[in-house]
Amino acid sequence: MTQKPRVALFVTCLVDLHRPSVGFAAVKLIEEAGAEVFVPAAQTCCGQPAYNSGDRKDAIAIARQVIATFEDAPYVVAPSGSCAGMIRHHYPALFAGDPAWKARADRLAAKTYELVSFLTDVMGVERVAAALPARATYHDSCSGLRELGIKEQPRKLLATVDGLDLVELPGAETCCGFGGTFCVKYPEVSVEMVQRKADDVAATGADLLLAGDLGCLLNMAGKLSRDGRAIAVRHVAEVLAGVTDTPAMGKD
Amino acid sequence: MQSTAFDFENNAHKALDDAELRQAMARVATNFTGGRAAAAARLPEFEALRDRAVEIKNHTIANLDHYLALFERNVEKRGGKVHWCATPREARETILSLCRQVGARTVTKGKSMIAEEIALNPFLAENGVEPIETDLGEYIIQLADEPPSHIIGPAVHKTKRQVADLFHEHHRKYGKEKILTEGGDMVAEAREILRQKFLDADVGITGANFLVAETGSTIIVTNEGNGDLTQTLPQMHIVISAIDKVVPNLEDVSTILRVLARSATGQEMSVYTTFSTGPRRDGDLDGPGQFHVVLLDNGRSGLLGTEKQDLLRCIRCGACMNHCPVYHAVGGHAYGWVYPGPIGAAIDPVFLGLEEARHLPQASTFCGKCEQVCPMRIPLPKIMRHWREESFERRVTPVVPRTLMEAWAFVARHPRLYGLGARLAARILKALGRDGKIVSLPLGSGWTDGRDFPAPEGRTFQEMWSARRGARS
Repeated sequence: MTQKPRVALFVTCLVDLHRPSVGFAAVKLIEEAGAEVFVPAAQTCCGQPAYNSGDRKDAIAIARQVIATFEDAPYVVAPSGSCAGMIRHHYPALFAGDPAWKARADRLAAKTYELVSFLTDVMGVERVAAALPARATYHDSCSGLRELGIKEQPRKLLATVDGLDLVELPGAETCCGFGGTFCVKYPEVSVEMVQRKADDVAATGADLLLAGDLGCLLNMAGKLSRDGRAIAVRHVAEVLAGVTDTPAMGKD
Repeated sequence: MQSTAFDFENNAHKALDDAELRQAMARVATNFTGGRAAAAARLPEFEALRDRAVEIKNHTIANLDHYLALFERNVEKRGGKVHWCATPREARETILSLCRQVGARTVTKGKSMIAEEIALNPFLAENGVEPIETDLGEYIIQLADEPPSHIIGPAVHKTKRQVADLFHEHHRKYGKEKILTEGGDMVAEAREILRQKFLDADVGITGANFLVAETGSTIIVTNEGNGDLTQTLPQMHIVISAIDKVVPNLEDVSTILRVLARSATGQEMSVYTTFSTGPRRDGDLDGPGQFHVVLLDNGRSGLLGTEKQDLLRCIRCGACMNHCPVYHAVGGHAYGWVYPGPIGAAIDPVFLGLEEARHLPQASTFCGKCEQVCPMRIPLPKIMRHWREESFERRVTPVVPRTLMEAWAFVARHPRLYGLGARLAARILKALGRDGKIVSLPLGSGWTDGRDFPAPEGRTFQEMWSARRGARS
């Protein structure tokens, strides 16, 4: 029997703090795909908040820590296109002037994946064993879409969820207005952007909104909730793993 | 124009409150994006053309001194003159003194963003030369006494009703009393009024989309034909342009033209592509007696060799703002200076200084759409991030966000401390929640003023994972 590939889960700071169920759903999906999961305890955040705020020094310090923590793992998987994109694209750029660290960053970048694309593109997963009677729509989070080319993968797996009817979201590729610290630095602009998104979501008639990044999900769930919309919001991993017994985001 | 970039937050607040602006901006969000997507889809080699266009501009920028000198030689060979201007002030004064040479009372103007950059109109007016905008959008905002809100559609922030009101107010003196409702009638009325102004003007000022080094030609692309009348009828044609507009030859121009209009408006070509090569020659039926090119630097050469050099590839098509969700939300005036949207966020600090323009590179979600559609593949988010880094290092970023970030980063660099903080935060936030949501977050009104904050589950993944591992072993 061939040995199972070993996957280090990069939990992400938002999943760790806010919605552990997404982490457990990710573990279940990776295990069902035939890999073994371990979770390095020394992880915190990928450093993107510092990087995008212009705090390059701290971004580099955090990136070094992530590299040291994860570089021995055969694969690194994160339930977020944003954090995976940070490691894949921005870590190498952070160390452009430092050959030794650049080489380590490049090696980590090459084996780091966003969860759903890891399942389909690396593990060859074609279908999931999940069922959920719902009319769902899917928002493409910017980093996953534009930095990692994640578009068809979640749709392909969601199509195999029993009872799930997936309707396309008009403007699915338009940013929801989260943008990390942007959402609190320019709250009025951010709220206007997420208002448009929430209206688009409501117009689809879906009762379930899915996406692959918790930042965008918190933003959209918060707006839908404030507007009194009964639309449930979940991370795509929860539905693919068939773990939907926890309340949807912003619900009790 | 006087910058209000520093007031971005306030400008954005006002814009979001402006119902008519929102109505106007909704059109931008759908029309331009749909147009570009369809135009790109119809041309299989579109992506390859973008690559080629990038190569052309990179080559030109790497040899900028050579191509600018060649351009000047060829302009002079054809009887024109190039005026090198380091600053907006030099450019304004050069243009005024040229106008005075021919005793100009009125000048007609084609659309030019460089003219906005050097604040030409108020300067000419103060000095007794009346500038008359002839591009319909520019004409509208000149009547409204406003700056452009978009680099190719200066009046996109105006609704048809607002334009009708402006025409009614300003055209009465020409005996036009009727309030118009149809776009076609408004165009006809503006055309009729402008016709005499074209004939009366002493000088015509246009911008340039390209400066062709091998021929000394300047090129404008327009949709109204106003540029042709502006530069052909008066006795003097002044081209106001900047050093980043030069390209080596006509072959290169034709490559870039194929991506320009498609990216901008979704047209295959603009209606007019007009080449100007020197003044009228013996035997020519028309054309200006004098041909001058005023070439502005204004800090552009300082970008050479820096991480922001890619900005010099910009062909001012407007695709980045056409596709920007922040621009769609607040419109162009909120940015507070000549270049709005993502290109403005990346380049305005060059002209205004980072202190004045500090908000602009911050006011982006880094969604990446601008870079995706930029025909010149300018890494706009990356350049904005460089500004953010400079802001952070030079302490242009205010002390509170800077200190909070450094404190957070300190915690993030200490996993045990971080774990403790996360467990605490998860519990506090959970306790603040009612029915799964927090409607008012202490110190987080930026979030909760406009949306709820979903309450967390209450425990961190890491502690649950350790507990599960402990139970397993």
